Amino acid sequence: MPAKSPARRAKAKSNLSFRGWRRENGRVGVRNHVIILPLDDLSNAASEAVANNIKGTLALPHAYGRLQFGADLDLHFRTLIGTGANPNVAAVIVIGIEDGWTKRVVDGIAKTGKPVVGFGIEGHGDIATIAKASHKAKDFLQWASELEREECDVAELWVSTKCGESDTTTGLASCPTVGNMYDKLIPKGIYGCFGETSEITGAEHIAKSRAINAKIGDKWMRTFAAYQSEVIEAHKVDDLSESQPTKGNIAGGLTTIEEKALGNLEKIGRKCRYIEVLAPAETPNAGPGLYYMDTSSAAAECVTLMAAGGYAVHTFPTGQGNIIGNPIVPVIKISGNPKTVRTMPEHIDVDVSGILRRELTLETAGDALIEMVLRTANGRLTAAETLGHREFVMTKLYRSA
Amino acid sequence: MATKHRRKSSDKGKSVPSPHFLVHSPKDNVGVIVVENLSAGTDMVGVITETDKTIKLVAKESIPIGHKVALKALKAGDTVIKYGEDIGKMIADVGTGKHVHVLNLKTKRW
Repeated sequence: MPAKSPARRAKAKSNLSFRGWRRENGRVGVRNHVIILPLDDLSNAASEAVANNIKGTLALPHAYGRLQFGADLDLHFRTLIGTGANPNVAAVIVIGIEDGWTKRVVDGIAKTGKPVVGFGIEGHGDIATIAKASHKAKDFLQWASELEREECDVAELWVSTKCGESDTTTGLASCPTVGNMYDKLIPKGIYGCFGETSEITGAEHIAKSRAINAKIGDKWMRTFAAYQSEVIEAHKVDDLSESQPTKGNIAGGLTTIEEKALGNLEKIGRKCRYIEVLAPAETPNAGPGLYYMDTSSAAAECVTLMAAGGYAVHTFPTGQGNIIGNPIVPVIKISGNPKTVRTMPEHIDVDVSGILRRELTLETAGDALIEMVLRTANGRLTAAETLGHREFVMTKLYRSA
Repeated sequence: MATKHRRKSSDKGKSVPSPHFLVHSPKDNVGVIVVENLSAGTDMVGVITETDKTIKLVAKESIPIGHKVALKALKAGDTVIKYGEDIGKMIADVGTGKHVHVLNLKTKRW
């Protein structure tokens, strides 16, 4: 990662700014977490014990990390290292069952320059490991608590998107609101990201045409075709109805994957084009702009991968009321469904149901979302953060050895 | 509390009543009900969002918010168009103003 982002080098500043924490590698975070990151499932207990000892640190338990191999293991490491490297994280304690793979994660995160230390459990046991790691976590937390925010141009913000429990109102209101935000912020130099490979089915001709050039469009189409053949066609037993679209999508009025996909793609607006296709959890490497990341359409898996890619704020349109959050990235919920806004208001950050009543234009809704993104970057807790939604879910490509 | 956003003064100028249904594209043969508790027989007002054109339609059955209504009679085998694009095929006939969903519309994929 370059020490100075292209956005920092640019002289021209936009009129939008926020206050964030500039990390050792130049990236800017909007949260200041000290995380306790388990290498594997076996290390969850010790990690959670450390987080319980040292109030204000955050354990990220997950289900995997043993006997994985090949591309699946690469993705496991990329996700853990990317999570630790995310600029919303100030410092990291890694705990693993043994020292070797623990060190691999520590070394990966250490490239950012941020404080990180690892502990292996074998030869010591949980209790001694918890004690040692707790002392270090306390030091990190007190150090991080004195770090100060600084004024940053909006161009330093990395904003990802993925929708969930979609219905027909997401295609009409909340997804195009995100699209309007990207049409306005991508030209200001932010990094954007969309994904959900299976959920472009039926709109792939449109997605391909939104690439910056034919080469990237062809790369996108190869990624899409691989997901179709290796995941969907290889394992399907029916037309996937009730899985994709989900039971909730169908309750909300969505009938087919094609209909869902066309609504989903409204999130990339009318003007912006994606400049590169990323592997799951891969860090963007082509400068500011909109990126595509190859992800599943399951909310927690997708947001976890985008956070590991380095995105600091997530915008999440929902119709029927997906309640997901993420431990390190604030997830902003946008809904245009008046029933959802009325029946589960504690989960919604931006109400755009006025679009359905023709009281609110997409232009105004997009501005309202930008305002909420900046308020969130400045420290406003999202609905999901206040409710304790910390879904951290690793993507598994196939069974372990 | 979710933040409410009122229409800016610059958004005024069209006094369209709150519609019962919205249609993405003039090419579409289905619309989306955007009001709760719609009952059969309602004289509905709809808006095509791409063109701002207002259209009228009678609801032939009660259709939940977010669900689709046929803008014209559709026959089994017909392609259903929404966003101006193909979203699947009819597997049963429905008349104008009737509910279009999983019982009469299927994906062409997978």
